[in-house]
Amino acid sequence: MIEKTEPRPIPGTEADRRALAVPRGSAGALLPRGEARGGTAPPPEPFRFKDCAMVTLSLGKSAQNLRELRDRIAEVPVSSLAHHFYESLLAPTFDDPEYRNDFALWASRGLHDATLAERLGAVDPTEFEDVEALRRHLLEGIEDRLAETPFAPSAAAGHEFRFLKSQTVVLETGLVATTPVELAERIPRLPTGSLFYHFIEGLRRPPLRVDDFSAWLERWGPDYDGVRARLAAVDPILWSLTELRERVARCFEGIAT
Amino acid sequence: MSLEAYAEVAGPEVVDHLRQLARPLAKRKIVHVNSTRLGGGVAEILAWLVPLQRELGLESSWEVIEGSGEFFALTKRLHNGLQGNAVELPSPLLAGYLDTNRANAERLRGSLEEADFVFVHDPQPAPLLGFCPGRRGKWIWRCHVDASRPHRSTWKFLRGIVRGYDASIFSLATFAQPLPHPQYLIPPSIDPLSEKNAPLPEAEVREVCERERLDPARPLVLQVSRFDRFKDPVGVIRAARLVQPHVPVQLVLAGGTATDDPEGNAVLEEVRREAGDDPDVRVLLLPPDAHRAINALQRRADVVIQKSLREGFGLTVTEALWKGKPVIGGDTGGITLQVVDHHTGFLVNTPEGAAFRIRYLLSRPDLMREMGEKGRRFVRENFLLTRNLRDYLTLMLGLLHGARDRIEFAGSVAS
Repeated sequence: MIEKTEPRPIPGTEADRRALAVPRGSAGALLPRGEARGGTAPPPEPFRFKDCAMVTLSLGKSAQNLRELRDRIAEVPVSSLAHHFYESLLAPTFDDPEYRNDFALWASRGLHDATLAERLGAVDPTEFEDVEALRRHLLEGIEDRLAETPFAPSAAAGHEFRFLKSQTVVLETGLVATTPVELAERIPRLPTGSLFYHFIEGLRRPPLRVDDFSAWLERWGPDYDGVRARLAAVDPILWSLTELRERVARCFEGIAT
Repeated sequence: MSLEAYAEVAGPEVVDHLRQLARPLAKRKIVHVNSTRLGGGVAEILAWLVPLQRELGLESSWEVIEGSGEFFALTKRLHNGLQGNAVELPSPLLAGYLDTNRANAERLRGSLEEADFVFVHDPQPAPLLGFCPGRRGKWIWRCHVDASRPHRSTWKFLRGIVRGYDASIFSLATFAQPLPHPQYLIPPSIDPLSEKNAPLPEAEVREVCERERLDPARPLVLQVSRFDRFKDPVGVIRAARLVQPHVPVQLVLAGGTATDDPEGNAVLEEVRREAGDDPDVRVLLLPPDAHRAINALQRRADVVIQKSLREGFGLTVTEALWKGKPVIGGDTGGITLQVVDHHTGFLVNTPEGAAFRIRYLLSRPDLMREMGEKGRRFVRENFLLTRNLRDYLTLMLGLLHGARDRIEFAGSVAS
């Protein structure tokens, strides 16, 4: 589970970051900047790269039909819900990206309920204050669907939804970037675990919907607003990590050396 | 092969990552235990896993339990029962199973009890835990078998043995069984630089094909696997017979037997009977170290088939995908994780289905090439040993830090 209060990898307090944040979906509508660089302000502290490795665990809980899915979603730890929305993006698959989470995928493949799959597929986890709010939203949606259907849709034996979670090890890499140019130089060679940590997992830590690179660049002032707007436009859910790294690197093209 | 060599295949950052993860585990004693040094996927995995863990600074070793023919006959029943067959487990055989493990525990006690981590692979050595009361490390049961629908009484018996472990590892979520400890999900992987998977000179591939009297002008369909009914070799021959009236295809069934598989010879006889004297159905019994010959056959094949009825993972599928071959696989177990229908190959349930997909692919060379490229990329990103090594390191760090979802290391592990 990603605790909201965990230490951040970038300098500054949580309050600083909230003030500086540019949430996804609001590119161009910058919030007031508290510490943009002035002529005499010291440069921001270096960006410290972290890396993470994840391993998946089974919770030993499963759901055969929609009613059971509702009951299990209500009781599993938030780490499991987070896994099925975020970490499962790392699972080997060629699935159609319209299913942006495991619940939508199962609604389609397991329950053969296209209506539910489309609704669940549209859920963007980063729009919620926390995972508990996401849980409430999922439960509401499933209750609505149960009310619409005379029988709870059910999956064939062997195709149950299995609840999983992740265990994550976060490491200091020792790599730092002291300027935005150095940050740009490092990104194309960044380990994918590091990219996941800073660009995807970063969205889940307060302030929500802001990746770590954008939050740090904000401290360098308006020169990098263009990079931040391009980063905000990259949808991390649509790409493999190697593809995502290329796209993130492209956002930095043309910045002054 | 050194870690640096893998950096060239998987990328230098992947190897750096492994070194960082391994640093907090330096000097930890790791013991892997299984039941055969040669033959089958588990022995192949341990043959690279242990040396690479050592290179990363862990004191890793590999022990093999010893047992009689009767012992392996019983453990084969456990294996089959775990994969869903209704099997008899007579009390005298079960007592022998436990006695053999007790004797092995006496022999291995020193290294097992002082180890920081003991990985016990599959059911054969699972009872060792109960015979090592002085153990001080974490014990992990690694199940390589498709345990999605185990025979009830088999699982009831095994569950009583493995529930005492600190954690278990399954290859897929569908294989995980309710157990009172953390259940990790780690698919296996292949060694891209081993004799089985490294690039081969064209001449060597040609030489192997000439030795086996394969016609270079006609398409070749290949299944590589132990002679085991769960691999459905007879079904593969039937599929080839359905294709032959339409396409002049040659089929090779290449495999060996493992020392812990007493049924291999009986199944081989069934397969030979089914093949009869058809010159286009070749049954090759290869020694367990015929890695280069298998490599050559996989490279020569046009389509690789793995029509298993149950499959823990199917490393032969991974090997074929790595060599850029589309794979027609049984719609079961670990094959479904690798053969992504219409992307890296096709999933089938019957000889008829397999036959149709063989004809379908052989008539579309462009699609075969496209699927092959996708398959190779897919393996590079997901099923190379560097990923497997990383998962094992992450699991060990996880177990050292209890059930926490998140473990943070401060600057101490930085290079």
